[in-house]
Amino acid sequence: MSEMHEDVLEYVIDEYVDEDDDIEVEFDTALISSGIVDSFSMVSLKVFLEKKYSISLPDSEATPEAFDTVNSICELVAKFQD
Amino acid sequence: MSNIGSYEQRVTDFSWDIAKEVLNWKDDELLNIGHMCSDRICDRGDGEKTALIWEGFGDKKAKYTFNDLRVLSNGFAAKLQELGLEPGDRICIFMDKIPSLYFSFIGVLKMGGVAQPLFSAFGDDSLEVRLASAGTKAILTTQKHVKKVRKIIDNLPELKHVIVVEGNPDKMRDGETFFDVEAAEKVEEFECYKTNADSPSVLHYTSGTTGQPKGAQHAHNTVFGQILTSSWVLDLQDKDIYWCTADPGWVTGTSYGIIGPWALGITQCVLDSGFTSLRWYKFMQDNKVTVWYSAPTAIRSLMRDGNELIEQHDLSSLRHLCSVGEPLNAEAVVWSEEAFGKPFLDTFWQTETGSMMVTNYPGMKVKPGSMGKPFPGIIAAVLDLKTMEPLTEPGQVGLLAFRPGWPAMFREYRNQHDVYRSKFIGAADDATPDECRLNQDLWYTSGDRASIDNDGYYWFVGRDDDVINTGGHLVGPFEIESALIEHEAIAEAAVVGKPDEVNMEVVKAFVTLNKGIEPDDMLELNIMNFIRKSLSPLAMPQEIEYMDKLPKTRSGKILRRYLRALEWGEDVGDLSTLENDD
Repeated sequence: MSEMHEDVLEYVIDEYVDEDDDIEVEFDTALISSGIVDSFSMVSLKVFLEKKYSISLPDSEATPEAFDTVNSICELVAKFQD
Repeated sequence: MSNIGSYEQRVTDFSWDIAKEVLNWKDDELLNIGHMCSDRICDRGDGEKTALIWEGFGDKKAKYTFNDLRVLSNGFAAKLQELGLEPGDRICIFMDKIPSLYFSFIGVLKMGGVAQPLFSAFGDDSLEVRLASAGTKAILTTQKHVKKVRKIIDNLPELKHVIVVEGNPDKMRDGETFFDVEAAEKVEEFECYKTNADSPSVLHYTSGTTGQPKGAQHAHNTVFGQILTSSWVLDLQDKDIYWCTADPGWVTGTSYGIIGPWALGITQCVLDSGFTSLRWYKFMQDNKVTVWYSAPTAIRSLMRDGNELIEQHDLSSLRHLCSVGEPLNAEAVVWSEEAFGKPFLDTFWQTETGSMMVTNYPGMKVKPGSMGKPFPGIIAAVLDLKTMEPLTEPGQVGLLAFRPGWPAMFREYRNQHDVYRSKFIGAADDATPDECRLNQDLWYTSGDRASIDNDGYYWFVGRDDDVINTGGHLVGPFEIESALIEHEAIAEAAVVGKPDEVNMEVVKAFVTLNKGIEPDDMLELNIMNFIRKSLSPLAMPQEIEYMDKLPKTRSGKILRRYLRALEWGEDVGDLSTLENDD
């Protein structure tokens, strides 16, 4: 997996998962549809991605489906880095 | 044929006693919501009917009958009694939408306790404020959320019991009780506490412009308002599969996600999973949902995701759709007619009103974007903002108000009688909450502005205060501002709602920074996450604007209305009191 995958995964674990949550988050773990990240909190995740990767993600692309796994998030970021 | 039949006829013939007829209620029966939602349904012969169809994360599924509901709620009631909890004690329910939330809510009411459900996404600060205000004696939670309780328990001397209902019992700490009701010995019989119409039942916290959140106390009598509105507006019928998408941490999730439907013996669905359009459509298809009560934020998100997903699912079971939480825009009503073949009917009510007040009805012409008409028996008006007299000309904007006296009306703001009194136009300075609630010469003011058109339809205009309605949840600016200045970088803060296509409003914060601190790329993110964790995701500013100084009056009060007007592109009004440097 790329450095971006590792960085996004680390951020998600640091910000949204507590040590004693008994949840193992991996690159393909559902984040939104599993409730680890709620739809309101997607905004702070979006701000993280925009600042970290110097991109602008339009609201129409920042959907719960696109943010549902670290893999899909990285695909979205890559699309806007091009 | 809908339950309500003709709206006009119902208005003409109305009496709240009709609620008792709908329930086939005898006046000598036990008026306890917990009993009415479980034992009473079993007593009438529906014990084997499905009460709850539940789905959670990871495709977990479960089904419970009304008899299961009766026995499992008995289990909670008995456990609470065994721990020494007494009628009238406030017992907080702080968990995700797992089955035990529903069983414990009914169980608390059965033993005479006051159920205090709180949104499980609340951070520890939000939780502490609400538990301290309520003088909460016990909290029912899960391993996932107990860590927030552990952080604050030392500040809450009245909180005597922490009961963890799901998780790993080996991870409990000293003083915590682990109780898995489904694994525990079944409690077949429990003698419900003999509550009456005025006994306290449910305590919901709601936000205001100033001060911390207020506890709106309801009584067992609310059930009659909730069942009649469930019958006439939600049109719930015996064979329905009903889905209320609200979380019971908020009033919709208890009034219409527990009490109204179960007191009628209706099968309910609960989906405890994050929102995605695909998941929702699949859930409705799999469970053949017939009546769906949701919120504009969700409806607009579904609308944004397009109709292709709908076409991939069989949603032909849906027969009736309603919406609540914030005004439903006309486009969403028109879209739902196109997408589902029927419109979402908007319903207006509040935490304080306990049941629906102004709504649309099956069979009544829908004017997309309108709130509809007052529920039969509700006397509503739009008051002149200066004279506080009802406006008589159609289209004039004023304060939406109601004559007191409907069954589900809240009984008090916990320990804040002055604030309760201030909601009633014309109340005497020394009027007690009961004197306000029962005086039909007063007007209860909703805090919302509206107008009435030529046909008697009500139209929402906006809030009359600074409270922010985001995704159907009211958020108080004061609570967020107080939390923001706890952040090490922030000197002062002002919070307003800014327009948002999906959530109607979202939180925007204007802040000044402490000396020597410069905004950098990660500060905005850091502040957002700080609020998300201490208060809740709903309170998290979606945008932060740094200012050199905040606009204030000459007396030093921050002018929120000025900032709000700028966000909404409205006239900023009279600025003669604005402080300036001259």
